[in-house]
Amino acid sequence: MIDARRSLLLHGGIVACLALLAATLPAYHAGNLTRILVLAVYAMGYNLLFGYTGLLSLGHALFFAAGMYGFGLSAALGGLSAGAALLAGVAAAALVAGLTGALALRTRDVAFMIVTLMFAQAGYLTILYLGTWTRGDEGFVLPAAARRLAGFDLRGDGARLVAALTLFSACFLATAALTGSRLGRTLIAIRENEERARMLGYDTARLKLVAVVLSGTLSGLAGAAYAMLFGYVGASFATVQYSILPLLWVLLGGAGTTVGPLVGVALMFYLIDWSSRVTDAYMLVAGAALIGLTLFAPQGVAGLIRRKAAPWLP
Amino acid sequence: MEFGPHLMLALLEGAVTSAVLALTAMGLSLVFGVMRVVNVAHGAFFMLGAVAAWWIAQLVGAHPALGFAAALLAAPLLVGAGAMLADRLILARVGYDPERTIVATIGLMYVIEQTVLMGFGPDARPVAPPFDARIALPWVERTAEGLALYWPWGLSITAYKLFVIAAAAAILAGLWALMTRTGAGLVMRATQQDRDMARAFGVPVSRVFARVFGLGAALAAMGAVLVVPIQQAHYLMGGDPLLLSFIVVIIGGLGSLPGTVVAALLIGMTDGIVSVFLSPTLAKIVATLAVALVLVFRPQGLMGRARA
Amino acid sequence: MAAVTLLETRGLSKSFGGVTACDGIDLALPAGETLALIGPNGSGKSTFTAMIAGRIRPDRGRVLLRGRDVTALPAHARIAMGMAYTFQITSVFADLPVRENVALALRRTVRGEGRVQLRTEQTLGRVGLLARADQPAGDLSYGHQRVLEIAMGLAQNPALFILDEPTQGLSEPEVAEFVALMDDLPAATAVLLVEHNMDVVMRLAGRIAVLDAGGLIAVGPPDRIRADPAVQAAYLGTADA
Repeated sequence: MIDARRSLLLHGGIVACLALLAATLPAYHAGNLTRILVLAVYAMGYNLLFGYTGLLSLGHALFFAAGMYGFGLSAALGGLSAGAALLAGVAAAALVAGLTGALALRTRDVAFMIVTLMFAQAGYLTILYLGTWTRGDEGFVLPAAARRLAGFDLRGDGARLVAALTLFSACFLATAALTGSRLGRTLIAIRENEERARMLGYDTARLKLVAVVLSGTLSGLAGAAYAMLFGYVGASFATVQYSILPLLWVLLGGAGTTVGPLVGVALMFYLIDWSSRVTDAYMLVAGAALIGLTLFAPQGVAGLIRRKAAPWLP
Repeated sequence: MEFGPHLMLALLEGAVTSAVLALTAMGLSLVFGVMRVVNVAHGAFFMLGAVAAWWIAQLVGAHPALGFAAALLAAPLLVGAGAMLADRLILARVGYDPERTIVATIGLMYVIEQTVLMGFGPDARPVAPPFDARIALPWVERTAEGLALYWPWGLSITAYKLFVIAAAAAILAGLWALMTRTGAGLVMRATQQDRDMARAFGVPVSRVFARVFGLGAALAAMGAVLVVPIQQAHYLMGGDPLLLSFIVVIIGGLGSLPGTVVAALLIGMTDGIVSVFLSPTLAKIVATLAVALVLVFRPQGLMGRARA
Repeated sequence: MAAVTLLETRGLSKSFGGVTACDGIDLALPAGETLALIGPNGSGKSTFTAMIAGRIRPDRGRVLLRGRDVTALPAHARIAMGMAYTFQITSVFADLPVRENVALALRRTVRGEGRVQLRTEQTLGRVGLLARADQPAGDLSYGHQRVLEIAMGLAQNPALFILDEPTQGLSEPEVAEFVALMDDLPAATAVLLVEHNMDVVMRLAGRIAVLDAGGLIAVGPPDRIRADPAVQAAYLGTADA
């Protein structure tokens, strides 16, 4: 049980370090940190399915967008308060994940990747088709009321960063607890050898659906939070690119590790930030990173650390 | 225009779409059939073909027909060579693992698109068609003396579009002959059937893979060269062909050449016809969902014939 | 021990693309008995056990577990009713520690991680793998992986233990260890053993069922099976040659 204490120390330590960073970083980097933390929640959602359950989805933008539009539309058109809209966004993502998951999980491997890609593409096109309400590619800006949660005005940089840090820490500690739990260990067993897990009496079909719904819900929470914190909802967040990005982050940081998503988002964020100052073709970095990772470091940064130095890393 | 002539025009436009789609999808299908990997960079190879066509036509500079002919020959060769290089440098090194190949070819897609963006710029650029003639099309009408031909106003098609249909048909016929009548085709089919058995019989499987990957990309590039006088070259133009090729290949059953052609005709025609009568976005939503559901409820559609 | 029928199959049939793998097999297995299933390669043994475990759906016929029709139940639900299954081709969680392999077998029914770990160590101790508990299962030798798989079955404390060719590829001493493990099973455990090694069969089986070309040609105690002319013609004759 020493591993459990180490894990608590590690995750608590990371949250404390982030809080320290948040308090000391200059404005520009504090703004970046806000975005990184919210996107890391998305990456953690993706990691739950890809890293821990071993299911490679190419359609997670659907869940991110379901959360974002569930939040944005219910706040902007339905007039819900931010808190209620947040719940609506999360519920929308959970629902979409349940429906598409139940269908997509009838397939496996490459077919699963393509089906999830197709569902996400259909979702993106639906957002464009319903342009009357969604404003299509152009998107819409959220009213001030949708950005006020529990008395805090999230349009201010400070409040925004605190909100992002709170959200991230809660999700980070929750996924850490999940991966050590019975459910988490069973999901890992499914990733390692699904047929063996099934023949140990685990209902793998149901557990995989649970994983899709958890993963989709967390991704949707990130989408809703992104809309709430940055005040904008747009179809670009539903494109294929937003399905590829979490895969890239998780691969870079280390799939199947709790710290991997944060590491991957932070590295990629600053890599793209730096390269977009040099060239318009900043996605070149993302492409090269994907190829390089597949070829040379399929385990990612945290995966390498786990293998070389800290085998207990959760 | 009346309904009849309108429909005929839609059918002809559909045939042009089908012809280009058949070439592009055939490349994807061939690669999946023989190598059992999904090449997400296929649309990028398509785009590369179009951009190469523009570049070659610029270089040649003479009469548009000359530039176009040079492009039709050289662009697929260039793209095919590039794809073979990618096969050696990337796909072979991940051992053609299906999932890692998808991730790597997603990366390759970004690298190609962004490199073209840097070199070619974000603008769409036209390539002049090799000939400019427009052909008026006849329709029948009932007159006092019985049925007679007439030429309704607006019912016409460019000669170039008819050429696209003919050229695609000729290339597909050539591919068919290559696959069924030559040693190279036999080797490819043997590898498709059972790669371990083929290897045991001395087929150089890795060389076959490189060539198939090159040929697949070259087919996409040919489709692109044919389409670029109609639809300008642009660094993001590969998205739609990729999606449509996926759809065709899944409906047609992977690795089946006749199935791919039939599905390309089906999709190309319905795309042409449906988008005349229906919002194109709605048509795409329906098509995308239909493909997803085909995969969910008829997974053998993706895998073609069951593996032994 | 009263002969409570634990497992029963009625007319269980399956064919693959016109080839009959199993043809109307009726078999009953009381609690506590070890039944060996023998027959030439391709006689349908693995298909039969896979249909019992729920890995393959039968074309016709029924499977009853404790008198309840489980034909429509998925595999995991049958396992949850007290079956354990070991694969013909060794199937462990190769990248997970040996300890976690056994813990996964326990965790479905045992509550509390402390108790899971305790029972894991007991089980590993019983099969002699405790010293290797923290190695990845994939690093074990082939023989040890087979033992681990049996340990995963033992850990589930099954009412019915299905073993598909457990001694295949094991050395003589390893086979002896396997036999000793089977001897140690609780008396109430029924065992369905698919096995080629006739020494193991004669040593462990209370009854033997012989399959040939998908059909059941004889069931009975070892002595009678050994003397059965039909069995000798179909199987023993060729095996002894």
